[in-house]
Amino acid sequence: MPLYHSDDQAMLADTARQFIGDEGAITKQLRHWRDTGCKDGFGHGLWKQFAEMGFTGMLVAEADGGLGMGNVEAGIVLEEIGRNLTPSPFLTSSVMAATALAAAGNEARGRWIPGLISGDQIFAVAIDEGAKHRPERIKTRAEKAGNGFRLSGKKDFVIHGGSADMLVVAARTAGSDDDDAGITLFAVPRDAAGMTQDAVKLVDSSIATHVTFDNVELDGDAVIGEVDGGRAVLGKMLAAGRVGAAAESVGVARGAMDMTVDYLKQRKQFGKLIGEFQALQHRTAHLYSELEIARAVVFKAQQLLDGGSEKADLMVSVAKAKAGKVGGLAVREGVQMHGGIGMTDEYDIGLYMKRDRALAEFMGDMYYHAERVARLSGY
Amino acid sequence: MSDLEAHRQEIRTWLEANCPPEMREPIRDESDVCWGGRRNEFKNPAQKAWLDACAAKGYTVPDWPKAYGGAGMNAAEAKVWREELNRIGARIPLSSFGIWMLGPALLKFGTEEQKVHYLGQIARGEIRWCQGYSEPGSGSDLVSLQTFGEDKGDHWEVNGSKIWTSYADKADWIFCLVRTDKADKYQGISFLLFDMASPGVTTKPILLISGNSPFCETFFDNVKVPKEQLVGQLNRGWDVAKYLLGHEREMISGAGGGDRTAAIGPALTRGGGVEDPILRAELAMFDVDALAYSAMGEKFLDEVKVGKSHPAASNMLKYAGTELNKRRHELVMAAGGNRALEWDSEATNGGTPARTWLRTKANSIEGGTSEVMLNVIAKRILELPGVS
Repeated sequence: MPLYHSDDQAMLADTARQFIGDEGAITKQLRHWRDTGCKDGFGHGLWKQFAEMGFTGMLVAEADGGLGMGNVEAGIVLEEIGRNLTPSPFLTSSVMAATALAAAGNEARGRWIPGLISGDQIFAVAIDEGAKHRPERIKTRAEKAGNGFRLSGKKDFVIHGGSADMLVVAARTAGSDDDDAGITLFAVPRDAAGMTQDAVKLVDSSIATHVTFDNVELDGDAVIGEVDGGRAVLGKMLAAGRVGAAAESVGVARGAMDMTVDYLKQRKQFGKLIGEFQALQHRTAHLYSELEIARAVVFKAQQLLDGGSEKADLMVSVAKAKAGKVGGLAVREGVQMHGGIGMTDEYDIGLYMKRDRALAEFMGDMYYHAERVARLSGY
Repeated sequence: MSDLEAHRQEIRTWLEANCPPEMREPIRDESDVCWGGRRNEFKNPAQKAWLDACAAKGYTVPDWPKAYGGAGMNAAEAKVWREELNRIGARIPLSSFGIWMLGPALLKFGTEEQKVHYLGQIARGEIRWCQGYSEPGSGSDLVSLQTFGEDKGDHWEVNGSKIWTSYADKADWIFCLVRTDKADKYQGISFLLFDMASPGVTTKPILLISGNSPFCETFFDNVKVPKEQLVGQLNRGWDVAKYLLGHEREMISGAGGGDRTAAIGPALTRGGGVEDPILRAELAMFDVDALAYSAMGEKFLDEVKVGKSHPAASNMLKYAGTELNKRRHELVMAAGGNRALEWDSEATNGGTPARTWLRTKANSIEGGTSEVMLNVIAKRILELPGVS
């Protein structure tokens, strides 16, 4: 598979660029919801438009009413979301939850997928326990009780958790905290008795929750994938989320770089456009090179994932690490090259820095993924 | 079965029958590389058999037209050829500046007669080429070059000198930038081809900080170059030179894959080789960059084949690839410790780690410095103001 877009993908990219650039623009969405103190941190109206565009069900199989597309296509949408800092549940609902639900039984798919596609329902994923992404260790437990399970424990930094109609929860059904086996994924509805959520606003104005499960009763249909064998579906969901977050990071970096390059062509000091200074030219050219490399590896990882390659896992971590590294570079250079105005809330470049920081952490930062690259490479 | 799959099967079968087992061994040193040429000495019969078999099928230059010694493969077919070579670990049959640098320029700028004549020789490995670009006074500012060709009617008389001429002492012919008009800096350079055996050509090898090198100084003293050995238009050699530099930068970038873009952690940590956790972390961060860069190289080659790449993209690859390679060898030295300092021991095959480490420092200088690459990216891709 060549590493450039097919005609269909190029068309999707054009559509997404226009639609998200227009409807998802910073003033219409991010600033609006931030400044009005929205409890969700994103707009449901826009999400319905996502559904009308067919974006919400992109990754859902055609047999289930979706478009049956892959991570390459989802990445095209995510890059535009990143470029416009558009707050939406696309990554958690349409990428991660959709990937998990593909492994669910008929009952669960029938219950959740129509709402996912129509945009009437929002989904979140509850994996992390603590401040860092470390899904190898899962303490939240689900004990077998009758025909179902009883869930207890705590999940942290669940993005869109408070807005979600259903949370995909990774819990331990057997073994000890660090065991690979013994994990099960559950679909937990928002009104489940015994589940409480405490919301916290993050630096990028997104809203996350700390979720407590106190003997939450779940029936057997809540299980997604295999009981005790949930690592497989969790792995698929994580891979899609990681490469998706990497694609969004690349979009954020691209948006920050474009803004900065424009600024270098407008701002004058010492009687010259500051873009004439070689000190800035070289740094910008370096950033461009790094960003192109990040885009290439994200694309490669998406393709490998869609093709079911055994190398996908490694390249997904390479992509997430590289995108994290380059995203950070793009926003730091962006703020610095804007000078004082880059520190003002009025100017958008700082918003890129905030979003990049949150995305860098989401689904594992560059240190986590570099460590994972080393382990997967056998050292 | 698709056409491409049939093509793959055909190549696979052909390779099984024609690629000698010795040519499926990893390349250990320079003597394993076949450069061809009039004075070529094959290391063993297998090397010759492999070159002959490939040349007969046009496989030394699979994507060149059949009329010029190639196999006429399209982009996808040529990619399959490379994949099948990699699959069995086969060496490329012929390494050649003719293939990598001059060939693409001749395909674009050469006359039909030149293409048939020179490209055929290159494809068969008969003539080994060197490149006459840099001069002692013209490094990054290449266009200031002074080697002069005086018009003598049916020929030019060339005087001057070149430096950093790789393998000038082993090459049969040179493609050379020569000033043919002193009035115009850019539009006064012509792209000439001539025989290194011509009277008045002398070469002198250059010793580097890494030891012996393929680099030479090359001197021209009243060298006669017939007029039909001009490529492209008179005084418009800079266009040819720039086009060719793009291919050179692509070659130096290592974008084609192989050792230059592979992860290093697995090899350097084998047998508990790295105990320092911070060095291990550096290796992991490097491997992220190297594997990401390999995807960039693949994407670039895919895009080039269908004309989708930015015309200045090779500058970006050259910059990123050479800086990466320098970092790679810093880490090889760090992991190797004192053993990597050995300069001529048998255990290090004559100081390979240290000499390679030093040699890589030139990667970001030769073929255009990193700073020149960044200038080009700033100007031609980012379109920043005021870059000359």
